[in-house]
Amino acid sequence: MEYIGIIIVAIFVNNVVLAQFLGICPFLGVSKKVDTAIGMGAAVTFVLTIATIVTFLLQKGLLEPFGIQYLQTITFILVIASLVQMVEIVIKKVSPPLYQALGVFLPLITTNCVILGVAILVIQKDFTLLSSVVYAVATAAGYALALIIFSTIREQLALTKVPKAMQGVPIALITAGILAMAFMGFSGIDQVF
Amino acid sequence: MTKNIRVLINGVVKDNPVFVLLLGMCPALATTSSGINGMSMGLATMFVLICSNIVISTLKNLIPDLVRIPAFIVVIATFVTIVEMVMNAYLPALADSLGIFIPLIVVNCIVLGRAEAFAAKNNVLSSLFDGIGIGLGFTLALTALGLTREFIGTGKMFSVSFFPEDFGMTLFVLAPGAFIALGYLVAIFNKIQRE
Repeated sequence: MEYIGIIIVAIFVNNVVLAQFLGICPFLGVSKKVDTAIGMGAAVTFVLTIATIVTFLLQKGLLEPFGIQYLQTITFILVIASLVQMVEIVIKKVSPPLYQALGVFLPLITTNCVILGVAILVIQKDFTLLSSVVYAVATAAGYALALIIFSTIREQLALTKVPKAMQGVPIALITAGILAMAFMGFSGIDQVF
Repeated sequence: MTKNIRVLINGVVKDNPVFVLLLGMCPALATTSSGINGMSMGLATMFVLICSNIVISTLKNLIPDLVRIPAFIVVIATFVTIVEMVMNAYLPALADSLGIFIPLIVVNCIVLGRAEAFAAKNNVLSSLFDGIGIGLGFTLALTALGLTREFIGTGKMFSVSFFPEDFGMTLFVLAPGAFIALGYLVAIFNKIQRE
């Protein structure tokens, strides 16, 4: 039951993009087509899950026993950056079709603040390893959901006449605002759990 | 000197990181629920930007090209950790409201972007001015966005009341208002720049 609560809250109530504002740059950058949105969503899910496990273990196994939590930011970002590189190399060797699908998005992920954000959040929230993994997967699912919904709207938006100054990013931001408003309708649902 | 002044003005107007380059959107949206929060976030980022620009332009000949990016990230992360620790010690309330976005300055594309695009190619003095310019542009943008949201949402500007809070649109303090307010500000900036 506890895990269902975490999942619902992470996907709908505290959606990572629309309520927590993490990963906005790729959200605006790769949401022009549904295909790329799905690819990015999958890549984020993949990397986020692995990165959260690794950083969680590092925090509990290395930083806390030695009392050097202040090195958290430096350690996490370096680990995430090298992890993304490693994942890229491994996927390229093991599964070329998967690499074809995710390859372009992987380098972009290092600077995606969702990864570092979730890694730090699970430590702050004092989650166990299992609930951290559940939280990471659910957050990534929420990210993919927001990205895919947004990209379908933007495909429509590309065909619409928009005032000159509003074209491109401004209208996309306002659309995201309305989408965020829609997601606000889910708030309170977490009281059930 | 005139070149350095031009670098500085470019950072504020022509290359404004938020309104023109559309970088660093996450903190711009997340921390601007009030003018003062937006400004503090801007200043924290500016500090990191200036320090990392200076250090990276000083070390640019010592850092091997292959490990350039990781080296930059370590320099940036060091200054972010300093900001984080100072804020936790002296401004705990502010550190609380900015929360996770302080450590996330590390992945702010503006900081790494300027290190790679400017500090790694220019001397210390112009990197300093570039840091000040871009940092000032970011701070001004965040303050403007924060003030807009605070004013429409609660009728206040920097906590000075202009109309009763009951008449404010609370939506603008919440998440959707961030997107909508930033969308309109970017559109207005576009319009002014074009003319």
